[in-house]
Amino acid sequence: MMIEYNFIQDEDVDIILNDILESYGYDFTEYSKASIKRRINRLFTLDRFMSFAEFRYRLKSDPDYMHRFIEQVTVTVTEMFRDPQFYKVLREQVLPTLGTYPFIRIWHAGCSTGEEVYSMAILLKEANLYHKALLYATDLNPEVLEKARMGIFPLSQMKQYSENYIQSGGTKDFSQYYTANYDKAKFDEELSRKMIFSTHNLVSDRSFNEFQLILCRNVLIYFDKDLQVKVFNLFEQSLDNLGYLALGSKETIRFSSLTSRFKQLDNEKIWRKIA
Amino acid sequence: MEKDSLKGKIDLLLIAGSAGSLDVLLKVLPAIKYNLSFPIIIVLHRKASYDSSLINLFNSKATLPVVEAEEKDSLQNGKIYVAPSDYHLLVETDHSVSLDYSEKIQYSRPCIDVTFETAAEVYKTRIAAILLSGANSDGAAGLKSIKNHGGITAVQNPQYAEVSYMPQKAIQIAPIDYILNIEEIANFINKLSL
Repeated sequence: MMIEYNFIQDEDVDIILNDILESYGYDFTEYSKASIKRRINRLFTLDRFMSFAEFRYRLKSDPDYMHRFIEQVTVTVTEMFRDPQFYKVLREQVLPTLGTYPFIRIWHAGCSTGEEVYSMAILLKEANLYHKALLYATDLNPEVLEKARMGIFPLSQMKQYSENYIQSGGTKDFSQYYTANYDKAKFDEELSRKMIFSTHNLVSDRSFNEFQLILCRNVLIYFDKDLQVKVFNLFEQSLDNLGYLALGSKETIRFSSLTSRFKQLDNEKIWRKIA
Repeated sequence: MEKDSLKGKIDLLLIAGSAGSLDVLLKVLPAIKYNLSFPIIIVLHRKASYDSSLINLFNSKATLPVVEAEEKDSLQNGKIYVAPSDYHLLVETDHSVSLDYSEKIQYSRPCIDVTFETAAEVYKTRIAAILLSGANSDGAAGLKSIKNHGGITAVQNPQYAEVSYMPQKAIQIAPIDYILNIEEIANFINKLSL
């Protein structure tokens, strides 16, 4: 679907985001404007609102519609073993180091429907580290967490995921990790046994543990620079010394104060806390 | 077109295309003047895996520096930004770019319409967009949006395009100011510069 007209202008976006902050406590005011404006316009068109006033009233007065807003306006697109080369570096360089610890805590911040959490669980299994690992998976959107908990993904994706898995250095038969049923693939419950799902809002919630590895991929691209800096500080507080921070393929810590205390691994978007 | 009539008219140029437009760009980029007074954003549909080699290829031919756009980059005059594969590229009001990994649109990510529409809203009349060869209707709605905001629209002449569908579709739905043959494109760009 293509949106030809933008009903919701910049000022309207500000009004709506302020309403949402006041009424529900969700703070989207420091999200990148162009992207959130486009998503809001998409929702406005999709749900056939006649006027901005009607849209605004519905959002303020109907908490169920607010849930829909969060589902539709935040981007939930993700995949398993996305950027296989990244997973290869995790497999070959990061996990062997983590394996020397008695206990491994990993945080997937902004995990969406969980495909990357299941990918990590597979890596840990294959490295024989799963038994001493815990995977914390958080998102601000409770709906996607429910999907992540189920571990059921479209069967149509499995061909691509299997290719990604092989490119990431996987040598097993990928299909051993799931059971196909009609058009769905249900991932082995053994993989989700050590996953802990919880809502967490990177904008407003604090650090809740210390981790050896934090993954936050393709989340920060939706935040403006000031908010990115705040989230980087949150990650730094939540990382053990010598812990790793992994970002999406186009994200960087270059604008933050972290650069002097983190060292990048090869050319991958993985940084290690060194001071 | 009247000589110098385009001079200094724009602050941003968009060039986009799909199948058959790489060859066009490789002919156009070497002929752009080196002191261009505005930035260029290129949005090209392509496979995900060839990114760094594409930037290298452009750099080996182009007169201007070519980079893959990084999120929050501020657009600088005389520089060419290529939308990374598998991300939509959006233009912000402060003339920086942001990236977005939301659903494919028109089967495409990057989607040309997304870049054109967000840029049109920010740059209004101070923008031009050129749509090249391609087998998909992406870009047509974007050109319409550029025109609605008072910008300049151009397409590669579909008659000589390797795949005519994309510029043809644009001509059907959007008012197009210039229909250009390959050898006219660089000259058109240079005339827009100060």
